[in-house]
Amino acid sequence: MTQTMIGERPLPQPDEDSAPYWRGCNEGELRMQRCKPCGRLRFPPRPMCPRCQSLESHWVPVSGRGTVYSWVRCHPPLLPAFQERAPLLVVLVELEEGEDLRIVGNWLGEGAEDVAIGQPVQVVFERVNEEISLPHWRGMG
Amino acid sequence: MRRAAAIVGIGQTEFAKKLGRPERTAALEAIRTALQDAGLEPGEVDGLVRFDMEATSEVDIARNLGLPNLRFFSSIAYGGGAGCATVAHAAMAIAAGQASVVVCWRARNRGSGGRPWAATGQGVPGDAQFTAPYGLVRPVDQIAMLARRHMHEYGTTSEQFGAVAVAARKHAVRNPRALMRDPMTLADHQASRMISEPLRKFDCCLETDGALAVVVTSAERARDLRQPPAVVLAASQGMGPEHTVMTDYHGPHFLKTPSTWAARDLFGASGVTPADVDCAQFYDAFTPLVLLSVEEYGFCKAGESGPFAAGGALEWPDGRLPFNTSGGGLSEAYVHGFNLILEGVRQIRGTSTSQVPDAEISLVTSGAGVPTSALLLCRS
Ligand SMILES: [Zn+2]
Repeated sequence: MTQTMIGERPLPQPDEDSAPYWRGCNEGELRMQRCKPCGRLRFPPRPMCPRCQSLESHWVPVSGRGTVYSWVRCHPPLLPAFQERAPLLVVLVELEEGEDLRIVGNWLGEGAEDVAIGQPVQVVFERVNEEISLPHWRGMG
Repeated sequence: MRRAAAIVGIGQTEFAKKLGRPERTAALEAIRTALQDAGLEPGEVDGLVRFDMEATSEVDIARNLGLPNLRFFSSIAYGGGAGCATVAHAAMAIAAGQASVVVCWRARNRGSGGRPWAATGQGVPGDAQFTAPYGLVRPVDQIAMLARRHMHEYGTTSEQFGAVAVAARKHAVRNPRALMRDPMTLADHQASRMISEPLRKFDCCLETDGALAVVVTSAERARDLRQPPAVVLAASQGMGPEHTVMTDYHGPHFLKTPSTWAARDLFGASGVTPADVDCAQFYDAFTPLVLLSVEEYGFCKAGESGPFAAGGALEWPDGRLPFNTSGGGLSEAYVHGFNLILEGVRQIRGTSTSQVPDAEISLVTSGAGVPTSALLLCRS
């Protein structure tokens, strides 16, 4: 984990549905919400399974591996918190568990210039404060 | 409700980067002008429909215009997706007998009033908690993610996005109301700076102050009024599975926006097909949304919209489907897409500055990427 300054950056406000997700991130593990009766994984977190309408779910660890599904490079004007990181590389990653599980994050580490759709990536957590660690992505191989 | 109602009056303020008067004043001016255009008195208005993002309320409008008795009022969610739905709700109320003359409006000082995304706070609730902490906060960033994927799947290029912007500008140059009247070339587009790669400045709509309004009444009453009616042939709202506010990053159809569902129901209810449409006003906050709409409303197959645009199909007068003939959000004004509705009406009246000869069927769409709505207007 890496430590960064908070500044004025926007941070997630966990709610009763998302709290287990952010707790997992804070413990260094990417977890997904899974429907108890039918087993469907879903993201973003929510109370009900859209396949079987069950309100029963639990949280399971996932591999933290996936591929770049799309990406953008954000140029100014940006929020002040992101200005000095411009241009800011934001990736949308599809998890290898399938089921259309796609997560937005920043690209960390080497290879930002050569990012491409289909590229294998691995989750990496950035500790922002005591409660929040953000999952980001770095290239594999 | 096919052909039950018609748009019989249109009105607007001028467009400006800074209009210099409050949204409420601008809304009232636009509505007053629309009623005069229709030849109807405020006392006859018994319905109002607005965007739920609209800052002027029904009570504001009613007590300023002196409306004696509102029998129907509703507001529509999802930002720019609400535009055509205001007319849809008005037409439904009229068809159901709940109202007889309904005004729909949008007033927005978006040019001088600041950018909504700039107010993103430090604690982000809801769906945005999974995107804003990474800097994905501006609408352009969220749509650029779709644009990049479209380029990957279909070979769409920045130049093809540029063809959309260049066509819109060509139409704006002919329109005295438009804010951007200097010609733009594809080279100008390609030289404009990156905002959210792959999207450039000229892939983005304007930031405008202005207000617009339309008056809707029954098709029967419309026949006796001052203007040629723009009859509501069909109207629809739509939203698919797994949608968040502005994107569908998590569903099975990454490149299908709510327009896919709005289009299906629109044409299903109309009795016509895309081949019958003479011109289109596509919601154009960003150029890739126009390409997606061309596909989703059935004017070409998925993935073929880039070559469709680059081949001139969207250009007046010779293209297969002249689009945004006033210049649209890209070059006339961006008032949450409401100016597209007025231009769709002008095409049916025969009064556009880039008039499609004998236009009989005019398509108007609202916010692409958000839960949306669409209209088919026709002659009576
Ligand atoms: Zn289930």
